[in-house]
Amino acid sequence: MSILPFLAAGWILLAGIYGMVTSRNLVHAVGCLAVAQSSTYVLLLGVGFRRGGTAPVFSDIPTRTPVVDPVVQALVLTDIVVGTTVTALLLSLVIQIRKRTGTVDPEDLTELRG
Amino acid sequence: MNRRARTAMFLAAAGVTGGFLVAAFTQLPPFGTKDHPYGTRAVAASLQHRTANAVSAVNFDQRALDTLGEEFILFGAVLGAVALLRRARDEDRAAPQPGGVLPSTRLFGACLLPVTVLVGAYVVAHGQLSPGGGFQGGVVLATALHLAYVAADYRVLRRVRPLAVFAALDAVGAGAYSLLGLAGLCASAAYLQNVLPLGTFNDLASGGLVPLLNAAVGVEVASGVIVLIAQFLDQAVDIASPHRPEGGPKAPDSTGEDGR
Repeated sequence: MSILPFLAAGWILLAGIYGMVTSRNLVHAVGCLAVAQSSTYVLLLGVGFRRGGTAPVFSDIPTRTPVVDPVVQALVLTDIVVGTTVTALLLSLVIQIRKRTGTVDPEDLTELRG
Repeated sequence: MNRRARTAMFLAAAGVTGGFLVAAFTQLPPFGTKDHPYGTRAVAASLQHRTANAVSAVNFDQRALDTLGEEFILFGAVLGAVALLRRARDEDRAAPQPGGVLPSTRLFGACLLPVTVLVGAYVVAHGQLSPGGGFQGGVVLATALHLAYVAADYRVLRRVRPLAVFAALDAVGAGAYSLLGLAGLCASAAYLQNVLPLGTFNDLASGGLVPLLNAAVGVEVASGVIVLIAQFLDQAVDIASPHRPEGGPKAPDSTGEDGR
């Protein structure tokens, strides 16, 4: 099964979205968004894997050693940073929602406020 | 929409999405393939610029402009969190109560804090040589300062963390990255092009612009994370429970009116 790692990424994505759809707590929903997003890390690292390759850092290995793809690893780094900042921003929105409405259950947030 | 209908709708959508995902995955290059055209070229370009850590070379040399954008996403998020979590008019500040801490915990924190700061600085400085760099080291640095909160208490943290200084450093780090890019323009090359002397391969001073950009990112990430955590800690420790609107499910006695 050479597509098993990719299937794992797809499963993580759908599991995260399922959590967001059924969530009764906004903090939980933000956590599920982070889970859904982490599927991209698995997918990118799976795409960049080279059988027999090592980490793309040449400080202690000869420069002709086969290594895994550094481009996707750099993309994952960007992904993690952006994911963390988005999580922080969403959590501060949740704090504001809790302060203004007294609830963090998305099903109780039905009306628009001016 | 009730919960059952919503779950049914999710399952239908997930089935379609999953089908397309599986169809797409079967068309991908096989897992573990030897053929990585971009990876091979990126490694060659990184060795040509004498940067031992190919991931850093991609982030701070070949894709430096993307990292500029990434850095400003971080900057914008910190700014947004500060704006969202600022103290509202109807909130009161309460002096945090010091909690009891075991002397051994205190000693552990006092010994570990300088070590962790050193590790963070090392990870930032060696971003072009070994795994790590500005983003990773910056987070280690920010974590180090919060050992003061874990092992002592909030007032100690406030003493080792002058928030105004770190807020300014956040902007300085972001600005330094943008300004370092101008070095390329001064040497009549492209913005953020690696025009500095490349140094010796596998040396601390190698990779040209890469270590400098790493340092700028390290300063920005460390102070950004510190400012961010400070906002959340303020909410949890410093700000007294706010005045709740009428009809909220949990309306405590409103003591917030005198907080202006």
